[in-house]
Amino acid sequence: MDRKKQLQQRRIEIAVGLFVVLAIVSIAILSVKVATWGITGGQSTYTVYARFDNIGGLKERAPIKIGGVVIGRVASITLESQYYTPVVELRINSMYDEIAETSSASILTSGLLGEQYVGITPGFVIEDIAMLKDGDYINDTKPALVLEDMIGQFLYNQSDD
Amino acid sequence: MINKDSDNLVVVDGLTFSHGERLIYDNISLSIPRGKITAILGPSGIGKTTLLRLIGGQLEPDCGHIWFDGNDVPQLSRKELFQLRTRMSMLFQSGALFTELDVFDNVAFPVREHTRLPESVIQTLVMMKLEQVGLRGAHHLMPSELSGGMARRVALARATVLDPELIMYDEPFTGQDPISMGVLVSLIRSVNETLGSTSVIVSHDVHEVLSIADYVYVMADKRIIAQGSPEQLKQDQSEQIVQFLQGKPDGPVPFHYPASALDEQLRGLAGK
Amino acid sequence: MIAHALQQIGRRTFDVLATMGFAVLTYMKVVFGFSRLSVFLPLLVRQMYVVGVQSLLIILVSGLFIGMVIALQGYQVLVSYGAEGSLGPMVALSLLRELGPVVTALLFAGRAGSALTAEIGLMKATEQIASLEMMAIDPLRRVIAPRFWAGLICMPMLATIFTLVAIYGGKLVGVDWLGLDTGTYWSLMQAAVEWKQDIGSMLIKSVVFANVVTWIAVFRGYHAVPTSAGISKATTETVVQASLMVLGLDFVLTALMFG
Repeated sequence: MDRKKQLQQRRIEIAVGLFVVLAIVSIAILSVKVATWGITGGQSTYTVYARFDNIGGLKERAPIKIGGVVIGRVASITLESQYYTPVVELRINSMYDEIAETSSASILTSGLLGEQYVGITPGFVIEDIAMLKDGDYINDTKPALVLEDMIGQFLYNQSDD
Repeated sequence: MINKDSDNLVVVDGLTFSHGERLIYDNISLSIPRGKITAILGPSGIGKTTLLRLIGGQLEPDCGHIWFDGNDVPQLSRKELFQLRTRMSMLFQSGALFTELDVFDNVAFPVREHTRLPESVIQTLVMMKLEQVGLRGAHHLMPSELSGGMARRVALARATVLDPELIMYDEPFTGQDPISMGVLVSLIRSVNETLGSTSVIVSHDVHEVLSIADYVYVMADKRIIAQGSPEQLKQDQSEQIVQFLQGKPDGPVPFHYPASALDEQLRGLAGK
Repeated sequence: MIAHALQQIGRRTFDVLATMGFAVLTYMKVVFGFSRLSVFLPLLVRQMYVVGVQSLLIILVSGLFIGMVIALQGYQVLVSYGAEGSLGPMVALSLLRELGPVVTALLFAGRAGSALTAEIGLMKATEQIASLEMMAIDPLRRVIAPRFWAGLICMPMLATIFTLVAIYGGKLVGVDWLGLDTGTYWSLMQAAVEWKQDIGSMLIKSVVFANVVTWIAVFRGYHAVPTSAGISKATTETVVQASLMVLGLDFVLTALMFG
């Protein structure tokens, strides 16, 4: 008689155990396959800064790419207090720690209507050129292209003729 | 002090209780002697069950005292009340068995909750109680597989498993066939004798009650209208008692629900 | 006149505070009230079976279909802008931020919540609750606490499973049927979804909803009028009130977390 009850209890416990395992596996898959952990997936990073004249539509968490490969993300965008130039805080994966000081950063758009990202073009490396370290500034930057400005310029040039 | 009454386990003193606007008890007093079977008789719908709930502390009276072995039940804190309730038990009208547990676990339930006895002791205890109500062979059944009379017997085993001092029976005979009624009557008596506990039976089944009770209170219209031993009551000539004990349809308790006179109402309808 | 009005306000305030205090005390008792873990745990496991495991099928099936439908609809809109690559982020974000916790809570209210109300209401109607009281066992601890905890634990788990199944349902339609690239689907999704903000919000929302839905369910049952009409009314009220509360709270939580 007790055996029947025990079996039933066991069945319930196994089912609940499976349910819990299923939930844990689900959250694990969600974490690994669907999401990035924090801003760069939990890996160690270093931070460099870049001043831009105009950041266009760049957002926090936008990707930073070299040749299309994501190497980090924009951590914050602030205005420098003195001259009101936008400063973008770039958090780059420590894996990519050999980016020369002479590299340039530009704000680009993926596709015609896509999101904006920071593209880094690696600079030349000769002996006395150091690599970018934590806290450095990228000096060579190109601002975002603002469509309205370009159209304005185009019309201005036209009327010149 | 009046409350510490060695002969009476429960003393109800000047109890008034109303349910919302409706007055149910108007200043009633009664006492329940130790070791005896006391019955409270009365027509249905006057709140006899309510009295048991008041004794058990599930309801609070408007005023009056309910002494249980020297403790004033309405004045107790929740903790003290729970302490006190381990000394009493109640057999509900429906049996109130836990539907998700089988018969054995139902009877074992209070033991497991209130004691830390080893499983083998619980096994023996529960089987003895089930043997007493004649259902040892049914220990593996679920409550839904029991007949009404069997469910009540299981409930009786559960109510007595911790040997309470006071057992309250709420309408134990209602809706039972003659055989299970007879079984229950003899069980209630044997439980009372073997455990030496005090029993209170609330019922409207006159004959069964008069056959086992030591002392009977008759309630009607918010008050106690008669009391005494069964023999004394049978001698009573007052109209109300005679009507109730013999089951006459009309009398002091009217057949008709209060209404305006019939011809008046008919005339009113005709006039429209 | 003014004194009278003030007195009225005072009394109302007092009443509201008293009710709230009572509610908080009851909540504390239910949440922290279990005395012996050895008694509580088996009860909890049993209720997790009833509330969680038995809701799993409806959660899996609805998750699959909701994911498939979002992908199908989303694809039609996105493709007209040539942005069908963003299907992955769209499916994942809408599920994690809104649909996962909300639909799970609504399904849970309908499947488990109504059953809890009916069960507890019937226990009351058949005097099982009163009988526990008379056995000196607190029904809040014995009956309500394990059921409440089971709901609290199971709903975030169900929401997680629901969301994951739905994302795979979206993949089924987007990638396997409509021919989107698998890599695009997952990588753009990964780029768009952030753990703390998106998965975090799903978990926070479903914990809040679990509290609300389970609380409404157990107390509608506990305070049900113990007749068949009363129990059916309580069951309906559970589903209606829990659903409305979930949708209302969802707006508030979204405004707080993303606003």
